[in-house]
Amino acid sequence: MAFGPFLLLALMEGLVTAAVLALAAAGLSLVFGVMRVVNVAHGEFYMLGAVLAWAVTTMFPGPPALAFLAAVLIAPLLVAALAAAADGLILKRLNYDPEATIVATIGLLYILQQAALSLYGPNANPVTAPFEWRIQLPWFGYSGYKLFVVLAAGLILLALWLFMTRTKAGLIMRATQVDRTTAQAFGINVDRVYMGTFALGAGLAALAGVLIVPIQQAQYLMGHDPLLLSFIVVIIGGLGSLRGTLIAALVIGLSDGVISMFFTPTLAKILATLLVALVLVFRPQGLFGAKA
Amino acid sequence: MKHWTLHLALIAVLFTAQYWLSPYHATNLARIMVLAVFAMGYNLAFGYTGLLSLGHALLLAAGMYAAGLPAQLWGWSAGPAFIAGIAGGGLVAAVLGLLALRTAGVSFMIVTLMFAQAGYLTLLYFAPVTGGDDGFAVSAASRTLMGFDLSTDTPRFVAALTIFAFGLLASLVLVRSPLGRTMVAMRENEERSRMLGYNPFTVKLAALTISGLYAGAAGAAYAILFGYVGASFATIQYSILPMLYVLLGGAGTTLGPFLGALVMFALIEAATGITTAHQFIVGAALVILVLFAPKGILGTIRERWVRWLP
Repeated sequence: MAFGPFLLLALMEGLVTAAVLALAAAGLSLVFGVMRVVNVAHGEFYMLGAVLAWAVTTMFPGPPALAFLAAVLIAPLLVAALAAAADGLILKRLNYDPEATIVATIGLLYILQQAALSLYGPNANPVTAPFEWRIQLPWFGYSGYKLFVVLAAGLILLALWLFMTRTKAGLIMRATQVDRTTAQAFGINVDRVYMGTFALGAGLAALAGVLIVPIQQAQYLMGHDPLLLSFIVVIIGGLGSLRGTLIAALVIGLSDGVISMFFTPTLAKILATLLVALVLVFRPQGLFGAKA
Repeated sequence: MKHWTLHLALIAVLFTAQYWLSPYHATNLARIMVLAVFAMGYNLAFGYTGLLSLGHALLLAAGMYAAGLPAQLWGWSAGPAFIAGIAGGGLVAAVLGLLALRTAGVSFMIVTLMFAQAGYLTLLYFAPVTGGDDGFAVSAASRTLMGFDLSTDTPRFVAALTIFAFGLLASLVLVRSPLGRTMVAMRENEERSRMLGYNPFTVKLAALTISGLYAGAAGAAYAILFGYVGASFATIQYSILPMLYVLLGGAGTTLGPFLGALVMFALIEAATGITTAHQFIVGAALVILVLFAPKGILGTIRERWVRWLP
């Protein structure tokens, strides 16, 4: 086969990676932007989303499409509730001190991972995709579900953007992000905003996990890579900037797809991690950060 | 005076331990002492200088591979390999510091995490040489020092204790020296120390490099004494462990890292009968410590009762 088909395939795969990554990273960016909390357990929320999607679809009696729809609705809500509880029980008591919360979320990572291993087991389990269309591209047929993931991620991000810019709740969240104390002085219940933000961030990660699980099986260690890549995306895109996150997710996802295809996935990850470290050192506001 | 008495007494007790512990526990204690050296290095950066690094696994692995690869490829003996390991840890720490110390706080944590991850992936990428996740065994010839076979129980224990004792006493001297005091000043108030004429960058770079020397020594000692080198030691797990030991034992105390490592090993050993969920214990310990005892065991003791504890 010639170069063209390979490149197209790499770009398609990269686009799927980018879509899922953008969702997970948007959650991480939101939590960091509003709460100034670096959530190391973010990848575990993604993993829990995938594992719960498996649990829901296995228990659901109806056809695969309906079972998957149930998973899309239930899994992120459960994970969001769990995150809200973690916020109230742990993060709030630490007064959201940046370094203490990192240590605490590392602890949370271990606890969630162990819980998944003990309750769900070490095996990877597949989830049936809601539909099995193939879309004929010039050289090969491509899974319709993967394109659906890209579309769905785009719509969810659009909804998130509208929520943040057009609703009162979004306004309150942005106000808290800009100045916590003043927001409090204006009668905003900052504790509740924080809890909601943490739950929303975790829910987005879980949603990404649910969307990916028909493509990639659910396994208790699957949160590691998305965590790392989300960090990379959020930092390169500029912390707290939704547009930057989206652009960075596209850049990282597509280049990951291309480098993984023509070289090795390991090399792609080495380059991405080095890039992010150097961006943080030499351009801390991110490549697309708002402030100069 | 009482500082020296306390530390020398601990070393003396540890020396006698090989006579009253079973070989299994003695080997575990040797392992704890080697990991405690790593944690002591971490403590110098985090506990004393306030540099919360999430990338110390990189420094441990640097020492491990700087000792293990020459032993593997060119048949170096234990002495030169160990020295190469220390140098490797220090060198990587210095380079890491030159880049990462331009940032602070959360950025510093993420930058160190990313460099460590890049280092781990690089080890995987060059798997034909490094052995990747499987690693390689260090040959018997490279595990002898002055005629002693370091793979047997007694020489291994004595070697681990020697390295531990050197590390412990050096850290005691260091934290009571002017440099040690300046390191604490950086942790407490960087701006004020800058105003007093200290250069935060050089002090922090020195602290991180010394920390790297410790990590390198621990990595090299692990490779030589336990005969195994592998990329798994460069994973994030091994950046978290020293942090856990230090937080548990007490950040900013000379004996905290060892105590933390000892208690954590004992906890996991005790829990093995009840559950295999080791990660849960590690996770719960981290959360409980940061919530209820941020000063750790010795930090709390120092605050309440023994003010002079170094």
